[in-house]
Order: sequence, then C-alpha cells, then structure tokens
Amino acid sequence: MTEYYRDEDLERFGEIGKYKPELFQKFMDWYNSALEPGSLTKKEKVLIGLAVAHVVQCPYCIDAYSKSCLEEGLSLDHITEAVHVASAVKGGASLIHGIQAHNAVEKISL
Amino acid sequence: MRFRDRILTIQPEPLVSDRLEILQVNVGYRCNMSCKHCHVEAGPHRREEMKRDTIDVVLSVLRENDIHTLDITGGAPELNPHFKYLVEEAGKIGRHVIVRTNLTIFFEAGMEDLPEFYRGNSVEVVASLPHYVEGDADRVRGSGAFQKSIKALEELNRLGYGTGSDNCKLNLVYNPPGAFLAPLQKALEEDYRKELLGKFGVSFDNLFVFVNMPIGRFREYLVRSRNLEKYREKLVSAFNPETLTGLMCRYLISVRWDGMLYDCDFNQILGLSLDSECPQHIMDFNYPELSRRKIAVYDHCYGCTAGQGST
Repeated sequence: MTEYYRDEDLERFGEIGKYKPELFQKFMDWYNSALEPGSLTKKEKVLIGLAVAHVVQCPYCIDAYSKSCLEEGLSLDHITEAVHVASAVKGGASLIHGIQAHNAVEKISL
Repeated sequence: MRFRDRILTIQPEPLVSDRLEILQVNVGYRCNMSCKHCHVEAGPHRREEMKRDTIDVVLSVLRENDIHTLDITGGAPELNPHFKYLVEEAGKIGRHVIVRTNLTIFFEAGMEDLPEFYRGNSVEVVASLPHYVEGDADRVRGSGAFQKSIKALEELNRLGYGTGSDNCKLNLVYNPPGAFLAPLQKALEEDYRKELLGKFGVSFDNLFVFVNMPIGRFREYLVRSRNLEKYREKLVSAFNPETLTGLMCRYLISVRWDGMLYDCDFNQILGLSLDSECPQHIMDFNYPELSRRKIAVYDHCYGCTAGQGST
C-alpha cells in the first residue's frame, strides 16, 4: 500500500468522467459554482474547503486547498487556525457522544 | 508554446513599445538583505554599482527627453553613494521620482535620514512587504525584517506618507512567498489595509501584487524544491491576453548599473539584450528609436501575463 495516494493522481481527477460523463459534468458544474464568490468571499470558501479537507482527511483536498489558501493571500497562521477549528469541531463531535455512552450505561445500570 | 509564438496567436505582430514614459534605473545590486525571492540575487556581497559619470548620463537623458518618471531600483538603491545626488538632480529637472526600497535600509548606519530625505524630495516610495503576517514576511526576508519594516512605515506615515497625498505616495509590494500565483490585487489590498491599520496603525496608498519570475534566487528555490516545471506550467496556463496592453516594457526602459539598456529589469538580470536595431547603451540613447522598439521576449515573460498581470 505504499504510495497509495500519489501526487500526480490529483491531476487525473478528470478521468473519473470517462464513465458516466454526464454525472461527472454535473458534479463539476456544482463544485465550480459552489466555489464561486457569492455571499461568502473566495477566501472564506477556500478556508472552509481546507477545514473540511482535514475533517474528511483527503490528502488531495488538503494539498489543493492549502495551495488555494496561499493563492488567496492567506498565511500559515490562517491555515493553522482553520485546521484547529476543524479539528476542534471534530473532537467535540466525538466528545458529545459521551452523552450517548452515559445514556447507554444508565439504561442498563442500577 | 514559446511566449514569442503565443503572442503571435493573439496579434499579427511581435510586441512593440508604444511610448517611453519611465526610465527605470538599477543603480546597483548591493543590498543589506538577501531575500529568498530576489530575482536580482542582491545581497551585501554584490559589488556592481552605477558610477557618477553614468548617473550624469542618466540625468542628461532625463533633461533632454520627455520622460516624466525616474524609477530607481537595486539591490537597495540607497546604498549607491550617488543615490541622493540622482534623486535631487532628477527633482530639479522636474521629473517624478520613484524609489523601490526594502524599508529595513532605514536602520542601517548613516541611513537614518532617508525618510526625511524622501519627504523633502517628494519621492514616491514603493516598498516591499511580502505579507502582513510577521512570520510569513520574515520567512522570505529574514528574521526581524517585518518589525523593522513596520517601524519604517510608521515613520513614513508620521511624515505624511500613505495618506492619499500626491507628493508623498507610499505603495507596498506583495510577492507570493512561494511557488504559487498571487491573489487578486484589490482583495489583498483590503486585507493589508485592515490588518496594518488595525494591528499597527499603519496606512499606505496602494498595494501592488507582483508574480515572482522564475529567475535568480527564486528560480534556484524552484529547482531545489522541484517546483520549477509546475510553476512554469502554472504561469503558461494562466496566460491572459488582456494584460498585453499594460505591460511595463511597452512604456519603460531599464538601465543597468553600467549603462546598458534593457526592456525590463528581468531581461536585464537575464542579460537579454534590446533588439539589435536599438541603441544598447545609455550613452547612445535615442528617444524615437527606443520608444517604438521591438521588445525582446522569452518564456519568463509569462510571469508578467499570468492572471491579472504583474507589472
């Protein structure tokens, strides 16, 4: 499983459209529209993308959105803060499930 | 595709200059800093320096021709011993003077009066500041450079620079600190303005966003980090024909420390000579021939035509 994720594979993303190209095209149109500046700026959107990339732990997305952040003039400080927000939310999402554990324990405890 | 051929897909003729408004003079490659992105590879070890007799020829050219702006660059141009003479004399001729400064030079021995000198001569200051975040700026320019730059900007502000006045303009320059393209100038300018004012109380007039050329020290970095090919491809794929009309080479000529003439500072560093039909040295300056010259281009020119343009 060494080199399971290879840098050059990111540039091959379009090959997904080799099969069911109409679905891939719909995805690309949606993706590109979602990233266009709107009520949120491009800069805010790429920071969201970076944060999500870390939560889903997609190496391609992390590479791509880190670069996008730099191209929007953001610094390592901004990038690191965004990763902390993502990680904190992800950590909190695990931690809150402690309530479910407590509930489960209570159900079967004296 | 070679840049030269790419131009011919847009227009039938090669690039030519259409006027000559700015004489950009590189007075030497010596600098108190050794920034990682410097295309000149300037540093304290460099000895190339424009001599007084060449500076006098520059002044004669300004005196005898309708060129409204003198743009002085380096290295740190202030380290040339004839720098102040050049600025003062150009001012007496009535030329607008721009100086490209690294700001930290203000804190070198004997340079403390530079802000007042600039103010006294109505010099337009164009200052490098690679980022408004200290760590990112210092990564490019060296530890402590950011704090010195902020102090220098505070001093310039105190003298009236950066407040919208025409005779004390203060413009900042951003270069991407790595192998990637620059953000949109307007958006980044707003961030700079908000951050510098909010955190340091510093103001400025405009932010210029320049792409790094894959030459000099920046090219060495690209080679070392194995980013050269990708970076070149990025510049090529970002080619924007709308940038062609505003390219600096169409209204500027660059003078090397020894008086040799070039289409721009980048060609100067690469040693890419003017078209062979043009005068090659400032001693032979000829306004009609130089203001309508064929521009020497090579593939680094994709740097000036990428995205929003970089000029």
